[in-house]
Amino acid sequence: MYGKGLRPLSIATVAMLALSLSLVAFYAPLDADQGFIQKIFYLHVPLAITALVGFIVGGVFAIAHLRSGNAKWDAYSYVSIHMSVIFGAAVLITGAIWAKASWGHWWVWDEPTLVSFLIVFLLYATYYPFRYAIEDRDRQARYASVFAITAGAFVPLNFMAVRMAQSLVHPRVFATANGGLPGSMLLTFLCSLAAMALLWVTLVKFELTAKSASGQVKRLRRALDAPAPGNTSRIAPEVS
Amino acid sequence: MLELATLLPIGSPALPLDEAGKYVAGAYIVFVLLLVIYVGIMAAKLQRIEREMRELASFAEQRKQNEQRDEVNA
Repeated sequence: MYGKGLRPLSIATVAMLALSLSLVAFYAPLDADQGFIQKIFYLHVPLAITALVGFIVGGVFAIAHLRSGNAKWDAYSYVSIHMSVIFGAAVLITGAIWAKASWGHWWVWDEPTLVSFLIVFLLYATYYPFRYAIEDRDRQARYASVFAITAGAFVPLNFMAVRMAQSLVHPRVFATANGGLPGSMLLTFLCSLAAMALLWVTLVKFELTAKSASGQVKRLRRALDAPAPGNTSRIAPEVS
Repeated sequence: MLELATLLPIGSPALPLDEAGKYVAGAYIVFVLLLVIYVGIMAAKLQRIEREMRELASFAEQRKQNEQRDEVNA
């Protein structure tokens, strides 16, 4: 029953997205230094935080899978990572747009925050061919879980290393010194973060529900001894 | 690093609204586009599941009809 609670969750997500967009457009003041371009941060930073937390969550589900052997947790881990990779792509694109407007360059290779996020993104991009390379479903799930745990542990280490590095140009949203965001900006940012987190959870649930429905169809096909369709995915884990 | 510092307009005044607006709009449009593409992919998945369910229903009905015909013939 992966679809349980999906409707209220979807409504809450849409409402939260609408609220955060309204706050960004009408409530949050213009940044004294960056001006209007800073409004991208209400999209870019929550997407980045959600994507990174999603990668860690994928690792936690992978631990549950290795401990219990239940394929359900592998599916949760797979979908969490899948969704975070999509969010990660959005982070890279929105970040590049902001960089072009603010720095005059789409990408700066000397900046640790950018390059470290790209490394994390590329690391997780290898998750799909890694899964695809293994034929046996059980082995595939086990190896993918080990990958998810290792990569998931790398994410906070990587984040801390970058945070401690003396960054030259990339701004810090929550400054470690000289104060943080003013109240109205912080409220808008927190609403945006909540909206992105809700969107992530909703999309994960949608994906799991679709996989579950697909799994039920396969079960029905097997029970009826019906001929199998031509195109079945070898990458995605089955959800029963 | 010093070269980079000279390249980037650190501490330069904010972009004027007419110039910054297109970048902000671009970022939000990218986000919406990704969402729409995702919804499109989910819709395609849903269509495939529906088609498979329809095939299975026809298969089950066909099999039931065949069994009934066999019983009548026997």
